[in-house]
Amino acid sequence: MATICDTTADAVADIKDGSTVLIGGFGMAGMPVALIDALIDHGATDLTVVSNNAGNGDTGLAALLAARRVRKVICSFPRQSDSWVFDGLYRAGDIQLEVVPQGTLAERMRAAGAGIGGFYCPTAVGTPLAAGKEERVIDGRTYILEYPLAGDVALIGAHQADRMGNLVYRKTARNFGPVMATAATTTIVQVHEVVETGALDPEAVVTPSIYVDKVVAV
Amino acid sequence: MSALTKAQMAALVARDIPAGSYVNLGIGQPTTVADHLPAGAGIVLHTENGMLNMGPAAVGDQIDPELTNAGKIPVTELPGAAYFHHADSFAMMRGGHLDVCVLGAFQVSATGDLANWHTGAPDAIPAVGGAMDLAIGAKQVFVMMTLFAKDGSAKLVPTCTYPLTGLGCVSRVYTDLAVFDIEADGVTVRDTYGISRAELAQRLDVTLLNC
Repeated sequence: MATICDTTADAVADIKDGSTVLIGGFGMAGMPVALIDALIDHGATDLTVVSNNAGNGDTGLAALLAARRVRKVICSFPRQSDSWVFDGLYRAGDIQLEVVPQGTLAERMRAAGAGIGGFYCPTAVGTPLAAGKEERVIDGRTYILEYPLAGDVALIGAHQADRMGNLVYRKTARNFGPVMATAATTTIVQVHEVVETGALDPEAVVTPSIYVDKVVAV
Repeated sequence: MSALTKAQMAALVARDIPAGSYVNLGIGQPTTVADHLPAGAGIVLHTENGMLNMGPAAVGDQIDPELTNAGKIPVTELPGAAYFHHADSFAMMRGGHLDVCVLGAFQVSATGDLANWHTGAPDAIPAVGGAMDLAIGAKQVFVMMTLFAKDGSAKLVPTCTYPLTGLGCVSRVYTDLAVFDIEADGVTVRDTYGISRAELAQRLDVTLLNC
C-alpha cells in the first residue's frame, strides 16, 4: 500500500546518490516536474536517468541536468530544438549518453518489471545500435538480445490516485508511467488529485497499487 | 507535368492509403499526409506516444498539454480514440498490427534499407526516437523525400552510406520526381513527374527494372 506524502520533499527524501532514476513523461506531457524540482532540492547526485528525452527548455529534467546531478542519460531522443542544456553538457563531455530505440526502451523496462531476463527484439537489427549484441534467427527473422532495464526509483506523473496508490492517467500523459511504475524498486507518483479509496472505478485503474510506493498531490 | 510540391506528394501518399487502415505518420513532412486523407475512409491514426484515432492539431481552447502527438504538438481526439502506455504502443507497432507507416529519409537503398536517424557526422548528437521500431514494425513502410539532396546527390542509392535505421523495410518511395516500388526483384518506377524515365535512369545509380 502506498504512503500519501504531504510534500514533494517527503516523497523524494530517501533517494540516494548514485541511483538509477526512471523519469516519466514524453516532452512535458506526464513529466513529474514537481518531483524533479524536489529531487534537485534534495541534492542526490551521480544519478543515472532513464527517460524518453533528455530535457526540454530549462525546467524539469533539464533543470536536474543543469544542476549537474546526472552522470548518465539513457534515452531514445536527446536532441531536440529546446534541449540546449543536455546538448551543452554532452558536447563538453560532462555527461554520458546511451541511445535506445523508443520501443526497446519501454520494453526493457517492461521486462524488468515483469521478471523477464531478456528478450529477442527485431528493432535495430543491422544498425549501429545493434553493435555488440547477440543476434539470433527465429523462424527466419533476425533478432537481437536486449536486457531488462530496472530503476532504483521511478518518478512519474498520473492524473488521480486513491489512498491505496491505484492510479489513473489522462490522455497521452500516460506514456511511460505505467511501465516505469513496474520497473523500479520505489515508485513515487505526483498526481493532480488524491481521492478516497473506492472512488476510482476498479475497471479503469491502469496502475494497480502494488506498483506504487509514494504519492503526492501537487 | 512538373515536379511535385510537398503538398502534392502528401496528397499522393494519402490517396494510396487503403480505407480502414491503421496508420502512423512520422514527424515532419509525413504528418502533413493527414491533411489529405479522405473523410469517411475510416483511416485511424496511431501516434507512438500512446493513442489511436488521433484527430487534427488542437487550436485555441482545444489545446491540452496532456494531449500531444509524437512531435509534441497539441492534437485532438476523435470519437473511438484509445490511450495506452508506451510498451503497448510499441508492441502494436513491433507486432505488425499497423498497416502503414510513412517516414522521411536521408537515403533509401535499392533493397529497401532505410537511413533516416543519423547523418553520421562526428559532432552530431545521436537521437533515434521511434524510427527504428516504426521501420521494422508496420506492414508497409512508405518513405517521403526529395529524390536529390541539396548537393545534387541521389537519395535512392544502391547502398546507404548513412547509418541504417532498418534493413529491407521500405516498400514504396514517394519523391518530388517519381514514385518507386521496392520489391524482392528490384526497383520499379510507378510514375514520374517532370522527368522522363530515361533521364531518371541516367541520374540514378540504382537499376530501374522498367526504365
